[in-house]
Amino acid sequence: MGKLGAIYRKELQYYFQSITAYVMIGVFLLLSGYFFYSIFRYYNYVSYQAGREPSIAASLNLIDGIMRPLMSNVSVVLLFALPLVTMRLLAEEKKQGTFELLLTYPVSDIEAIMGKYFAALTVFAVMLGGTILYPVMLAIYSNPERGPLVTGYIGLFLMGTSFIAMGVFFSSITSSQIVAGAATFVVSLFFLIIGWVAPFVGPTLSKIITQFSLLEHYDSFSKGIIDLQDVTFYVFLTVFFLFMTLRSLESTHWRS
Amino acid sequence: MIQVENLTKYYGVTLGVKGLNFQVEAGEVLGFLGPNGAGKTTTMKMLTCYLPPTDGTAKVCGFDILEQSMEVRKRIGYLPERNPLYVDMTVEGYLDFVARVKGVRAAARRGEIDRDIERCGLGAVRHRTIGKLSKGYQQRVGIAQAILSDPEILILDEPTLGLDPKQIIEIRQLIRDLGGEKTVILSSHILPEVSQVCNRVIIINRGELVAVDTPDNLRVRLTTSTVLRVALRDEAGSARANGVLANIDGVLHVKEEPPSAGVRTLIVESAPDRDVREEIARTLVGEKLPLLELYREELSLEDIFLQLVTEEVN
Repeated sequence: MGKLGAIYRKELQYYFQSITAYVMIGVFLLLSGYFFYSIFRYYNYVSYQAGREPSIAASLNLIDGIMRPLMSNVSVVLLFALPLVTMRLLAEEKKQGTFELLLTYPVSDIEAIMGKYFAALTVFAVMLGGTILYPVMLAIYSNPERGPLVTGYIGLFLMGTSFIAMGVFFSSITSSQIVAGAATFVVSLFFLIIGWVAPFVGPTLSKIITQFSLLEHYDSFSKGIIDLQDVTFYVFLTVFFLFMTLRSLESTHWRS
Repeated sequence: MIQVENLTKYYGVTLGVKGLNFQVEAGEVLGFLGPNGAGKTTTMKMLTCYLPPTDGTAKVCGFDILEQSMEVRKRIGYLPERNPLYVDMTVEGYLDFVARVKGVRAAARRGEIDRDIERCGLGAVRHRTIGKLSKGYQQRVGIAQAILSDPEILILDEPTLGLDPKQIIEIRQLIRDLGGEKTVILSSHILPEVSQVCNRVIIINRGELVAVDTPDNLRVRLTTSTVLRVALRDEAGSARANGVLANIDGVLHVKEEPPSAGVRTLIVESAPDRDVREEIARTLVGEKLPLLELYREELSLEDIFLQLVTEEVN
């Protein structure tokens, strides 16, 4: 595990000793801050209306009015931001040739991959952690329900873990950061929106498609429910792509 | 220390190396000679467990490169051809990372790194970013990462490639210092480099082993004639030098190069076992011919190659 730690440490140093992590985290928080502001202002406006219209007031709450739309926006921002975090992990090393050297050290492939994976996960955790400021602000001035907040964050985190696993995989099959980033973006976008066609494709296919939709599985988290099926889906996706990365590394050994 | 048995590598249908057999003894510095694309790097990549062989195998310190790759990797320090380094890291930070990855215990790490930095002469730049160092220093960092954790075997792929002459001398000295205490395999396409540093040379061409011997033996074995270059001032009288030289006993052949800048150069071939330099000098001076220069040409790698390849054909 010491070797995994060494690689983790090195990747984290790269992120945080250069400007990279700060730019990514900063831009991410700026965007999510903007979403929070605009959603909050809109909620504010609706609440004001509700003052005169009691029927609206009954259906207003902070979770459905602010946090759920905010988190759904944040998941879209993650879709853009996480490929930027993961794209260089292996692609850059392959391009520079340092990967070859790394693989001749007494390090197993899995230690190398997991070290890198956890480093990206840490950057992501810092990003996501930054957004906790918004529910905290809500909690100071009002009383949002805690349950859906916590599960919502768990859901976002799980979604991020699978985005990152995809990112690590695509970074392992090319030596171009751009290609790795773009492929990650396209595939994760695909998994995010695949559910859109579900209503139009007939009952069987629809069921299958829904099973693969990241959004579909996120839905229950945002409502405050942790369903084993949803957790399994994200974990499966993560493990699957990390396993594929391992395979792709092996094939680099054999082919190049 | 290293036993290579029938090591073969095909990239798809393209031949990398074919049926290599050789041994490296402990403490030996072995030179790997060959033109570009001969299979030097391929062989090294297989010995460092980066590429698996298509056929055959090799044992490093008794461990099989396929079956016990981790054990092999623990015992090898490797400097790849392009000397890939993490250019954003400082020298010390990088070596610290390498020490951790190589599994140097925390207690010993500090000392190991300091000793390494000392040995490779990196003290002055230890806190600098690798990407901003000169190529010579970067090469030292590459060697430093290879010898970190004190592996028994060093595999250096073209360690002096792209360096300036002064840096080349320094790196060669460093390698020579390491030899004796460690087993070193280094590849090169520069013959003088190999003959200065190595105890033994392996020549490969088009993926096949052509010759294994000490540099001196190789040179003797392959020298079919000694080539001398004689330079004379280009004036009316010097034209007869041709005839004078051809008459000297032991001279096989005299060839003239087109004169340039007032210098007439003659290429004199003589039998390999006879040194006719003294005789030539005496005769030319005796004949009052304007001798400017006289020296023996060393056999270059190109010559050796041409000869080895022709030998094979014959």
